[in-house]
Amino acid sequence: MIRVEDLTVNYGAVKALRDVSFEASTGKITAVLGANGAGKTTLLRTISGLVAPQNGSIHFDNSDLVGMATENIARLGVGHVPEGRGVIEELTVEENLRLGALSSKVNFAECVEEQYTRFPILSERRKKYCATLSGGERQMLAMARALIAKPRVLLLDEPSLGLAPQITAQLMRSIRQLCETQNLTVILVEQNAKSALRIAHHAVVLHLGSVVANADAATVAEDEDLRRYYLGVVVP
Amino acid sequence: MSAFLSSAIMHNIFGGLAQGVIYSLVALSLVIIWQSTHVLNFAQGAMAMFATYVGMTEIGRGVGYWWCVLISVLVGMALGGATERVLIRPLYGKPEINPIVVMVGFLGVLEALAAAIWTSTTRNITEPFSQIYFQSNGHLVFLSSFVIFQIVLAISIMLFVAALFRFTKLGLQLRASALAPEVSRLLGVRVSRMLTIGWILSAGVGSIAAVIIASGSFGLFPTNMDGIFVASFIAAAVGGLESPIGAVAGGLIIGLVEQFILAYWSPNVAPLSGIIILVIVLMIRPQGLFTKHASRRV
Repeated sequence: MIRVEDLTVNYGAVKALRDVSFEASTGKITAVLGANGAGKTTLLRTISGLVAPQNGSIHFDNSDLVGMATENIARLGVGHVPEGRGVIEELTVEENLRLGALSSKVNFAECVEEQYTRFPILSERRKKYCATLSGGERQMLAMARALIAKPRVLLLDEPSLGLAPQITAQLMRSIRQLCETQNLTVILVEQNAKSALRIAHHAVVLHLGSVVANADAATVAEDEDLRRYYLGVVVP
Repeated sequence: MSAFLSSAIMHNIFGGLAQGVIYSLVALSLVIIWQSTHVLNFAQGAMAMFATYVGMTEIGRGVGYWWCVLISVLVGMALGGATERVLIRPLYGKPEINPIVVMVGFLGVLEALAAAIWTSTTRNITEPFSQIYFQSNGHLVFLSSFVIFQIVLAISIMLFVAALFRFTKLGLQLRASALAPEVSRLLGVRVSRMLTIGWILSAGVGSIAAVIIASGSFGLFPTNMDGIFVASFIAAAVGGLESPIGAVAGGLIIGLVEQFILAYWSPNVAPLSGIIILVIVLMIRPQGLFTKHASRRV
């Protein structure tokens, strides 16, 4: 479980996060929703140690992640698929996967086959440079690269960005399946609130850096005001 | 056969190769630093020169040649690591021109410091292998043990560096750290450590090149690497900046072309040969001869 308490992040005079608190339970998907500029990406980057908060704590495994180096947080088992996927274009598919496995003690040969079974297209493209991959293939690679290290927590930043609706639906099903089969804790940042709420167990809604809702996903999905004012979902 | 080996054309080929491997080694050191940190180290030659002075001074105290080489390389590596930590690390994330300006300044500092400590007089260092040309059936073959040593050493180091980057975990982490430091951190790579290792490796290879140059007829003086650095920089760019094999090929091409222009045209034109080759390569293949993927803006 990850417990975020009173997290405050400022970019100069701009308050990106204001006293954000929530819990992401083990084996569950917590969707973090909100409009552009709500602070969703900042929240994930703060959990990963890429952004230093002015106040607050992030508890994982009896450790406070605040102040810890990003690479050490990754080595604790926190995988992060950043916005834009973050695949390294100048490396091949296999090199990207090998890089993902470096920080853990997993057997690369075994784990890479597991990922190739999950995402067969990556097996076909294993020797190709990532610059040649499509958006969907890059997303699969980014997911596979994060999963190959067997993380206990997975932070996903806008995984559906730029993907066709059919691929987004497939991706969301895969995330739910991963969560259920591997007891993975997922924090899913999404602008596509409808898709995210369909698979999430819990939802946190951010507005201008503050938490405006923190409830189970079904409750948030049914709240017309939340959907109308914060999630951009057209309510009939 | 003996007549062929002693012909003018072979003389120029051997001469070009001997000079080319020097360019190749320095180019290789630039490629290592580029591959692992994406910084162009304009003080590479001066750092290697300084390390060579420190090591080779020991010869005067009765220390054996190979021990002095080892000292030079170790000092070079230490200087590389310290430079990254002290001068370059504060500049990460700053405009790309900043490390270039700092390293050009550092070049001046090192050359002035070397002149102040060891004077500007050229020092001749006993070569480890004979520079006397071989003979075959009474014909002089323009190839010496020292030239063969240079060529074998350059090829061995190139293969080592290529294998390091292509096949090892360390090489993969070095490349990833330079290409995408933030993503690498998210994957657990200790990026700051990788950047330091990149500079240490690069400085080590550069020092080997400087020791060879100082041991040959060129000798050792504070600015002895300046001209070589320019030709080597061009060699690295011709090869594609990201390819160890490209660096070596670029160095050899420039060495050979320089030698042939020197022999058959004019010594005044020879130094320009590198620039001409660079312009032609950049027009035909902007990413360099040996880079597989498209070029990236730096």
